[in-house]
Amino acid sequence: MSAITGQALAARPAVSPRRSRRRRRDLAGLLYVAPALALVLFVLPLGMTVWMSLHNWPLLGLPRWIGLANYKALWNDKAFWRSLGFTAHYTLFATIGLLGTGLALALFAQGTGRVVALYRTAFFLPVVIGFASASLLWAWLANVDSGLFPALFEALGLTSGRVNILATFDPAFWSVTVMVVWKMAGFYMVILMSGLQAIPADYTEAARIDGASALQRFRHITLPLIRRPFALALVLCVSGSMLAFDQFYIILAGGPQNQTVTAVYWIFNTSFVSFRLGYGAALSMVLLVILVALSVVQMWLLRDKEEAR
Amino acid sequence: MSPVLDTAAGAAPPRRRRRLRPADRLHRALFHLAGIIVAVLFLAPIAFLVLAAFRPAAEAVSPPLPPWPKAGPSLDSFARLDAFGEGIWHYAGNSLIVAVATGALTILVSVLAGYGFSRYRFPLKGVVFVLILATIMVPFQSILTPLFLVLAKLGLQNSLVGLVLIYVTLQLPFSVFMMRNAFDAIPKEIEEAARIDGVRGLKLLLRVLAPLALPGIVSVGLFAFLNAWNEFLAALVFLTDERNYTLPVMMMVVRQGRFGSIDWGALQAGVTLMMIPCLLLFLALQRFYIRGLTAGAVK
Repeated sequence: MSAITGQALAARPAVSPRRSRRRRRDLAGLLYVAPALALVLFVLPLGMTVWMSLHNWPLLGLPRWIGLANYKALWNDKAFWRSLGFTAHYTLFATIGLLGTGLALALFAQGTGRVVALYRTAFFLPVVIGFASASLLWAWLANVDSGLFPALFEALGLTSGRVNILATFDPAFWSVTVMVVWKMAGFYMVILMSGLQAIPADYTEAARIDGASALQRFRHITLPLIRRPFALALVLCVSGSMLAFDQFYIILAGGPQNQTVTAVYWIFNTSFVSFRLGYGAALSMVLLVILVALSVVQMWLLRDKEEAR
Repeated sequence: MSPVLDTAAGAAPPRRRRRLRPADRLHRALFHLAGIIVAVLFLAPIAFLVLAAFRPAAEAVSPPLPPWPKAGPSLDSFARLDAFGEGIWHYAGNSLIVAVATGALTILVSVLAGYGFSRYRFPLKGVVFVLILATIMVPFQSILTPLFLVLAKLGLQNSLVGLVLIYVTLQLPFSVFMMRNAFDAIPKEIEEAARIDGVRGLKLLLRVLAPLALPGIVSVGLFAFLNAWNEFLAALVFLTDERNYTLPVMMMVVRQGRFGSIDWGALQAGVTLMMIPCLLLFLALQRFYIRGLTAGAVK
């Protein structure tokens, strides 16, 4: 340190040694952080999204300023609102399925011991394989000719003959939703379990000694105390489901009859299939506003009572 | 089972301590029965796929009942998979390059930034840190369109380099946060001691602090690798030349089929290849994965 200050002093005797040292430290800190900042600048496209959404912006040729025309067109765009409606429908059922299953798994597998740890690992394994792999796997399992489910349902006598479950909306929707629950429930199990394990054992013990039933203990001790991880799980689950794309693109290609096109899927089609980039940007802005609003509302609903005051 | 029961059993004579009451034994048996059934349900789809991938061509078209190859395992499906495009190892190579580069670059940038945020003071530090974290609020799906144009302007569209840069950016908020916490947890005394011994600057970071922050570094690298390996939408949008496809995008070519028919055997083989690295990495580094997950969850 003294060598550095010595040099600085020689170069600029007017500055007090302490100040120049601090300036050097400042500079060093900024240098360490700089690469991260440079990459985060990639997020500037957020501002660019707004800018683009005010233009007619084809892939080739010059963009043309059209003000709010994209947003006006969007207001009457039935296909977009239908995709948003479907996304909300999917989000509702996926969230109930995921958080319900995740909580059940967390309560089941929260114990200690090697065997229980093995169960946890098994429940968690589908989380690590990636959405594309899981969707491709499900596309095969649900396939009518060589997949498992149609043949299995036929063998069990649930359906007469082999039925194509991806050809009509309800079975297609549910097979995708079941896939998502299978793949992601372990993730929410871990998040919720981090809350369960933070509950002091004395609380439940005391309640048990006072004669509270298992259900009462769950309702009045467990639920209030896992509020925080539950809020996090809910926000992650809702925003993740609102952004669903892979599974509907890979398994159903938006079918049957374009009924399972999600919002991101529709934006993808607009921007990268029809190449209406400006309009795609306007759709993105609407989705973004909805997502932020949803997160804010959820955090507000699940806020801690003390913080609310 | 519960602590109360344990202490009661502990007070009892040793012979009775080992033996559970019949009701408890039934309870435990039911618990493990349920555990095994649910665990099998969660593992079955993966097991079916891997087993089915080794069926010979004649069996590959029929439903997987049973899933294992009846006439002995064969690599037919893998051979047919290899006939797509440039050969499957080319695309696996692309994926590996992207995933390894993303992991390495994420570690490099987030270790430097985490160290800077943890140990230095500079103007606007708080604001900058919050800014980096706040980018997690902006889902990348909503900036896909302008990102596409930015990459095209930089000449990075349809290139693996561009894809890596995007993946690293997406990993940064989480990774910088992780690394700052990792460095915050290292006592300052260690650094002071190293300084007195004349170790400082980058050398101090690499030789003294990085080994201490290794668990955090492994978590960060693991998440970056797995996310880059599995990512689908960005790769689908930004890679236009088939030569540059990563595995997930290439598998869409297989899934769409040729001449109106889909080669499910080749698809099973490809998905097996995509899953195996994830499963092995997770099983080997489970501790770091779960720690990363809960560390992100607590705050």
